[in-house]
Amino acid sequence: MIAGFFANFPVIASRIMAEFAFGTTELMDDGRNKVGSYITKIFGASPVAPIQEHMEICYKAAKELVTFFEYVNGDNWEKVRESREKIVRLENEADEAKKQIRMQLSQALFMPVARADLLDLVLVQDKIPNLARDVSGLVIGRQLAIPDVLQERFLTFVSRNVDAAKGARKTIRELDELYETGFRGTEVDLVRRLISELDQIENETDALQAELRRILFSIEKDLSPIDVMFLYKVIESIGDIGDMAERIGRRLELLMNH
Amino acid sequence: MEHATIYLILAGVFGLFMAWGIGANDVANAMATSIGAKALTIKQAIVIAAIFEFAGAVLAGGEVTSTIRKGMVDSSAFIGEPELLVYGMLAALLAAGTWLFIASRKGWPVSTTHSIVGAIVGFAAVGLGVDAVKWDKVGAIVASWVISPLSAGIFAFLIFTSIQKLILEQKDPFARAQKYAPIYIFLTVFLICLVTLFKGLKHVGFELTTFQAYLGSAVLAVIIAGIGRFFVQRITVDEKAEKKFHYATVEKVFAVLMVITASAMAFAHGSNDVANAIGPVAAIVSVAQSGQVLQSAPLPIWILMLGGVGIVIGLATYGRRVIATVGSHITALTPSRGFSAELAAAFTIVVASGTGMPVSTTHVLVGAVLGVGMARGISAINLGVVGRIFLSWVITVPAGACLSIVFFFILKAVLS
Repeated sequence: MIAGFFANFPVIASRIMAEFAFGTTELMDDGRNKVGSYITKIFGASPVAPIQEHMEICYKAAKELVTFFEYVNGDNWEKVRESREKIVRLENEADEAKKQIRMQLSQALFMPVARADLLDLVLVQDKIPNLARDVSGLVIGRQLAIPDVLQERFLTFVSRNVDAAKGARKTIRELDELYETGFRGTEVDLVRRLISELDQIENETDALQAELRRILFSIEKDLSPIDVMFLYKVIESIGDIGDMAERIGRRLELLMNH
Repeated sequence: MEHATIYLILAGVFGLFMAWGIGANDVANAMATSIGAKALTIKQAIVIAAIFEFAGAVLAGGEVTSTIRKGMVDSSAFIGEPELLVYGMLAALLAAGTWLFIASRKGWPVSTTHSIVGAIVGFAAVGLGVDAVKWDKVGAIVASWVISPLSAGIFAFLIFTSIQKLILEQKDPFARAQKYAPIYIFLTVFLICLVTLFKGLKHVGFELTTFQAYLGSAVLAVIIAGIGRFFVQRITVDEKAEKKFHYATVEKVFAVLMVITASAMAFAHGSNDVANAIGPVAAIVSVAQSGQVLQSAPLPIWILMLGGVGIVIGLATYGRRVIATVGSHITALTPSRGFSAELAAAFTIVVASGTGMPVSTTHVLVGAVLGVGMARGISAINLGVVGRIFLSWVITVPAGACLSIVFFFILKAVLS
């Protein structure tokens, strides 16, 4: 146990020295620092809540895709456009949140997890709204209708991928608890369970995706070839949402195993 | 002795001012973790700080005071010229006070301990000669500046790891926390009391045998643990908070524990830092009253009380605001972490006080926070700031020394 302390010590000590030697002096100029309040500055802002908020936005963007395709199937393009606008707005929001987190995670922070791992996690999370934006863009740009025979399955496929994103959000919501326990014990078991549930959903989306492609293949001769090309693309991108959700789980496992 | 009354008045005023400064500025660092963790309100923190700072100063402040007063300078340097010690100690108080004033205006993280030690060594080495300084003792003090944050870090690491293993990692953390809370309280009170009683309360006219010290500490610890248990048992699960954060109720248990460690922290701070203000005063009073430098002169209790009163006044007049500001900026610390850090820091400081080592409360506390961080307990620690805090004494000691040399020669020219 004490070995852990000493194993960490040289690393921390050398980083402190380096910070002192090469660090900036911006902390000296902060008016807030006066009168003995220096100790407050040793606590960096926690990245936990911002990462969780980022994930909430990402999930919202994915979820909007269900509404989006319901309107597409209903041929209500006015509403489709509204829904698309909402996705774009959420994607921008997520981008902004991502930038904030990156700025906040300066090199000089000593954290219980590797900085690079946290940045990776945020990057993967951020792919979800990007995919939602790309998919909705493709569909709206080409006024791409989903063939009648596919419609029902297609919606199931979308909502299962969104479920995967929801599962990812559920694991990310446990991030504060993981920090609380120091990434150990029962809480880790709980998160591992959530991740395996998430994997299950992702497997399902893979199966749904294969089926959709098979059906699309069987009817593609009767459709416009270019539409078919884009339909394949849309299906692939929606499937990527599930993949990203699964990768969020992988990243979280990495944090826990660190 | 000529001018004895003037010396006494000057010493009293400077010493009281230093103590005021400690109460106004430094107490905030000791209490801020508790407020940041929302274990105490500002008002509660002030009351606790006032009571335990005073108690710490009077009951356990004697050893460090005697180090500051006569531990670092060789009394044989003053044979025939006792007023040199008076000028020197007045200069040291002025120098430390001036440096702290400049530093706090600039927002630099400096410590009263480093200032006063630097100032005393400064006037003695230059004003009286290098041989007048007891370098072995000064070396031990400097070593304690390295050792104390390090050992606080190790303690904090161990305490927090035990909390993880016994409570946080378990299936039923709340029930576990309720079960172990009294044990942690017992440990805190027992250790602090034992160290304090072990050194004896000689200067307050109270001496105990080893057995009595153990027994007294144990009895008091059991009583406090019992009271703590009562409060911990009354905590109910807050379903709403629990939904958002599963450890919300567990942290409430630690908030109760933190009331105890906050008291311990205030006690520890009082016991170590009061000496920075009144150590020089004690030296001056002794010379002024007897007309000579006596190595064995006892420390009058009223001087410790003067220091305690000064700290409380500082706290009441100005410290409240500082505590509020500092506390509101520490939000990253939950009670389980704050408890670990405070217990480790308080214990380390009380041990230092018992052995007469003037250490920096802030350094010890930062060391403890790092220890919790190494147990993966804190989401982000700013190493740049930590580095600046730890290395501040490299500037503070020579700055205190230079100022005190200047004041020493001025006072010598003016008063003699």
